[in-house]
Amino acid sequence: MTGPQISAPTPTPVRRVRRLEPAALAGVMTRDVVLFGRYWKATTFSSVVQPTIYLLAFAAGIGSLVRTVGHVSYLDYIATGVVATAVLFSSAFPGMFNTFVRWRFQRTYDAMLAAPVDVEELVTAEVLWIALRAGVYGLAPILVGIVFGLQPAVGMLLIVPIGFLTGFGFAAFGVLLAAIAKTIDNFNYVTSAVLTPMFLVAGTFFPVSSLPSGIRTVAQFNPLYHCVQLVRDASLGGLHFGDLGHAGVLALFAVAMWRLAIWRLGKRLID
Amino acid sequence: MPAPAIAIHGAVKRYGEITAVDGLDLEVPAGVCFGLLGPNGAGKSTTMRMLTAQTLPQAGEITVLGYRLPEESKQARMEMGVVPQLDNLDIELTCRQILSVFARLYRVARHERHAAVERALGIANLGPRSDTKVSELSGGMRRRLLVARGLIHQPRLVLLDEPTVGLDPQIRQELWSLIDGLRRTGVTMLMSTHYIEEAERLADIVAVMSAGRVIAQGTPAELIRDHAGERVVEVFGAPARLAEVTELATRRGWSTRRSGPAVAIMRAEVLGDEVPDGMSRPASLEDAFVALTGEEIE
Repeated sequence: MTGPQISAPTPTPVRRVRRLEPAALAGVMTRDVVLFGRYWKATTFSSVVQPTIYLLAFAAGIGSLVRTVGHVSYLDYIATGVVATAVLFSSAFPGMFNTFVRWRFQRTYDAMLAAPVDVEELVTAEVLWIALRAGVYGLAPILVGIVFGLQPAVGMLLIVPIGFLTGFGFAAFGVLLAAIAKTIDNFNYVTSAVLTPMFLVAGTFFPVSSLPSGIRTVAQFNPLYHCVQLVRDASLGGLHFGDLGHAGVLALFAVAMWRLAIWRLGKRLID
Repeated sequence: MPAPAIAIHGAVKRYGEITAVDGLDLEVPAGVCFGLLGPNGAGKSTTMRMLTAQTLPQAGEITVLGYRLPEESKQARMEMGVVPQLDNLDIELTCRQILSVFARLYRVARHERHAAVERALGIANLGPRSDTKVSELSGGMRRRLLVARGLIHQPRLVLLDEPTVGLDPQIRQELWSLIDGLRRTGVTMLMSTHYIEEAERLADIVAVMSAGRVIAQGTPAELIRDHAGERVVEVFGAPARLAEVTELATRRGWSTRRSGPAVAIMRAEVLGDEVPDGMSRPASLEDAFVALTGEEIE
């Protein structure tokens, strides 16, 4: 035995531990922020270039055939539609891939759960961060649209909270999928069979009303459809009482996915 | 009797058909370096994961630093540090960034964070590499960073799960000095290992684990005395000679083990003149370990 024996652990006053401690959330998010410092350039590049390509392809291509959708110009229609796809892809993909890589390949989550962080805090912080990013980057297609001639409006600032709410749900959806997936290749099924139809049947590039009635009904259950409606109404000055319903669906989706993601990932992380 | 830092009573953990921990009882006194020695598959890592509530036992009671698990596990985790067996560092971050993230996770106060990070970098001797990305560090540096990360909040208890598994001998020595230095600070340590030399050099008390439970416990000297005696005689010879010696030992009820090309006869000091000629040497912890577990290990 070397060194002085320390006395028995002094009884520490029991520290009350709440659920979802801000300090734990901030700790997990710090890591995301530090990492973001490394890859923000690439993220920003793709969030600007992608909508630019969409706008060029659709507005210049299809826009020469279709001038308006309802009484909205096709450019306005596409620019607002691309916001929703940007939010979808910038939340569902990080939700799936980041979670899978950090948990299975890098074992980062194992390290964090050995610290005073629980699964609920871990999932919440990761999803919050992705949602924040999705909300802010949701503005990119609008900014590109403005360059192309979209009329700026104050209501467009609402895209941040709308993108946040939508992004929260889809990020949590991604985490849930990562917790279910056996291998990272499983995500291919999700991308082609779930996400692609989801972003097409949402009124992004063409109105849902032009689809057969069966698919129209299905679209009502697509959270992205409600996101598109909200973004369009906020950006083009058409907000009305019914938009609360769209926001309600998005909130419901977000809460349901959040709880499911915590439950499912918890089962996999704690044995 | 001061309260133990860790108390496990009757812990059971099954994974399907496999029972990893089988009625484990373990008490780790405060202020010691406690070695958990056992062959691979003895249940050491499962035990370690139970202490952070990352594995939940099906039966038994666990108290860590006075907190009951799993309900109060988060409070316990605030005051303990963990050095995992598998490298789980964020390869894209630098040493300093990793330590800052964990300083936050461990609730180190804002005004103390900078000093905490510098102190941890110093302990791990990583000052000059503080802004190097983990992916560019050598294996030894990564191990030291794992230790530093577990110490960022000056914990009262440190769990070291196979701290030097898979390392080169030279890097192992480096890690041993680091752990030995830590031991001198009086922090309680629980270290699992399957290297006998590691346990012998670093642990004040060693518990030998086999098939999910502790089968013997004491200081290395006590374990040697109780399970291998004072002296061991190693008899070398051709296979036929060794078979003869083993047979004689079995007849007489002596405790023996294979030791490389020789048969080692334990407790030679009490066996009298009948012991065949051979090389007499002091009994070691390895002798005691093999006598206890029946397994030759590294």
